[in-house]
Amino acid sequence: MDSKWVFSGLAETIASNPTLLTISDFVNMWGLTLVGVSLVLGLFSRYSALVGMGFVMLYYLFAPPFLGLEYSRPGEGSYLIVNKNLIEACALWVMYTFPTGHIIGLDRLFTKSN
Amino acid sequence: MSENNKQQSNDLDRRELLKGLATVPVFGLFLSQLWRKIRRDTLKKSNILSGLVQEKSAPAIIKGLSDSKHLNIGIIGYGGRGGHLVRGAGFATTGWTNTVAKNARENKLDKQFKTFMDQEDLNCSLVGVCDLFDVRAEQGLDASQNEVRPGGKPKKTATRYRHYKDLLANDDIDAVIIATPDHWHSRITIDAARAGKHVYCEKGLTRTFEETIKVYDVVKETGITFQLGHQNRQVEANEKAKQIVQQGLLGTINLVELTTNRNSPWGAWVWGIHPEGNAQTIDWDTFQEPAPNKIPFGEEALKRFFRWRCWFDYGTGLSGDLLSHDFDAINQIMDLGIPKYSSSTGGIYFYKDGRDVPDVWNATFEYPDKDLTVLYSASLSSNEARGNRIMGHDATMQMGGQSGGGSVHGFIVTADSESTQYKERLEQGIINSKYPIYTYSPGSKQIDGVTSATSKYFANKGLLYTYREGKRVDPTHLHIKDWLDSIRSGGQPKCNIEMALHEGVTCHMATESYLTGRRIEWDPVNRKLI
Repeated sequence: MDSKWVFSGLAETIASNPTLLTISDFVNMWGLTLVGVSLVLGLFSRYSALVGMGFVMLYYLFAPPFLGLEYSRPGEGSYLIVNKNLIEACALWVMYTFPTGHIIGLDRLFTKSN
Repeated sequence: MSENNKQQSNDLDRRELLKGLATVPVFGLFLSQLWRKIRRDTLKKSNILSGLVQEKSAPAIIKGLSDSKHLNIGIIGYGGRGGHLVRGAGFATTGWTNTVAKNARENKLDKQFKTFMDQEDLNCSLVGVCDLFDVRAEQGLDASQNEVRPGGKPKKTATRYRHYKDLLANDDIDAVIIATPDHWHSRITIDAARAGKHVYCEKGLTRTFEETIKVYDVVKETGITFQLGHQNRQVEANEKAKQIVQQGLLGTINLVELTTNRNSPWGAWVWGIHPEGNAQTIDWDTFQEPAPNKIPFGEEALKRFFRWRCWFDYGTGLSGDLLSHDFDAINQIMDLGIPKYSSSTGGIYFYKDGRDVPDVWNATFEYPDKDLTVLYSASLSSNEARGNRIMGHDATMQMGGQSGGGSVHGFIVTADSESTQYKERLEQGIINSKYPIYTYSPGSKQIDGVTSATSKYFANKGLLYTYREGKRVDPTHLHIKDWLDSIRSGGQPKCNIEMALHEGVTCHMATESYLTGRRIEWDPVNRKLI
C-alpha cells in the first residue's frame, strides 16, 4: 500500500477489506468510463467535469507528490504542480466553466429547447 | 406565420440538431477504434498463449484428511525454525500470538495473526518437547498450552524431555519434527524411524554424505512417512513453473542458474547469543557429541551453539542451508535427480569472524545425460538479487528464487530473440523478446499478467506466503499438513525420502568438492562419491 499523507489511513482500510477493495475498483472503472463517455458526447458535461475532477483530485491527494514523501513504485518525479492529475483537474475545471457541450454536443439539445 | 419564416425555423431546428448530435460520430469513431484494439489484443494474447497454458486454476487444498486420526507430535530442537514448524502444526507461543495480534491491531495490512488463526486445525497435539537450551524448551511447552490457536484449546499438552531418546521412548508419540542443527539430523532420524515414529526433518538432510545414505536406507527399511523440510514444494509458483517447463515452452534447456544473495549479519548466520545462555541452561556436551571437533564450554562454545551454521562441525554452511532450497526447487520443477559431476570453489572473504564455512561460494553440477549444467552462485555480502534462471533455446524463465531475495516474485517467461519455436510469432511482431510472454505473480486472480494493478501490487510482496484458492497460506503449514495427511493416508509426502536423497547427495557433492579441491563424481551403482 503506497498511500501517504491525510488519506493513508482510509487507503489502508480499503486495501485491507476485500469487499471495499472490490467496490472501489468497480466505482473507479465505471465512474471513469461514464465520465469519459459523457465528456466525449457532451452530455451532462458540466456534472461529469465535476465528478471527473473529484476522481483525479482523489488520486492526487492519496499519493501527493510532496517533498519528503517517498513512494516504493517508481513515480513520475516529484511534480508538485506540473502533475498529471492536477493538470487534468484544471482541464476539467475549464470544461466546467466553459461548458462546450452547450455549443457542440448533446447538451445543446436540452438547453436550446428551453 | 409566413411560409418563409416557417422555412427559416425548420432550418434553424435542423442546424441545432446537427450541432447537438455532432459529437455522436466522434464517439462512434472512438468506439470503433476501441473495438478494433480490444479484438487485436485478444487475438494477440490468444496467439501468444495458444499452446502455452493448459490449466489455469491454482492447486486446490485437499480437505478432509485432518479430521481422521488424532496424531501426537514431538518436537526435537525448538529454535527459530522449530518454532515456525510447530506454528505450522498450529501451536504458537503466547509471546508470539500476543506480538502478532498487537501488530495486526496497529497495522491493518499485517495479516500474520489472521493467516495463523485461519490455518486448518490439523487434529494433532504437541506432546513432547526436547531442546538442549532450557529457555527454548520452556517456549515449546508454552506453545503446546497456548489456547490462541486454530481449533481452540489444545487436547493435550507437552512434556519436556532432556534427551531425544527419552522422547522417542514415549509410545504415545506418533511422529517427530526434527529441527536441530544438521549434525544431529541423521542420528535422530534413524533412531526415530527404528522406534516407528514418522519423521519431518529440516533441511539440509544431513551433515555428511555417508549419513545421507544411511538415513535413506533406514527410512526405506522401516517404511515410515518421511518429509524433508523444503516447504517450497508447496509453493504454487513452482508447480506452475513445472507445467511451463514440461510443456516445452522454454525449448531445449542447457543451462540453469541458481543464486543466493544476502547482505546482513543475520543472513550470514551471525545470530544473537541469548543472554540466558550459560553452562547451567545449555547442555553443551550433548550438543557437540556428534561433531568431529570438540571444545570445552566457554565463550567460543556459546558462539558455536547459537551460530552453528558457521562451522562445518555442525552443518555445511551455504550448501545445506541455501543451495539445498534452490536445488530442491529446481529438482521439483525439472525432475533433475542427482548430477554426475560437481565442483565448487569459494572462500571466507567478508565474514572473517572465526567461521570455517565460505561466505562466497560457487558450484557447478553436470548432467551429461540431460545435456545440462546447473550453476549455483552465492554471496553473503551483496543484496543484488539475481533470482534463478532457466535458460532455454526458445525462452528464459526468471524466478525469484527460494533463498535470499529475488528480483521477481513468481516468475516471468521471455522469448529468446533467436528462438526456433517462436520464430514466426517473433517475425510477425506478435511476440517481442523484450517483453515477457508470460507473467505469473502469486496471489493474482489470473496468471496471464492482465490483472488489476492494485491486487497484483500487493501480491508481489513477499514469498513467505503462497496462495490456495486466492487465500493466503503459509507454505510451512501446508508442508506439515502434507506430511500429517500422508501419515494418515499411507501416501507419500511431496518431499519424500527419494527427493531427500537427491538433495542430500547433490549438496554433499558440492561441499566435498570445496573441501577437497577436486571434481566429485557420483557413482549411482555403488552409491559412492568418487
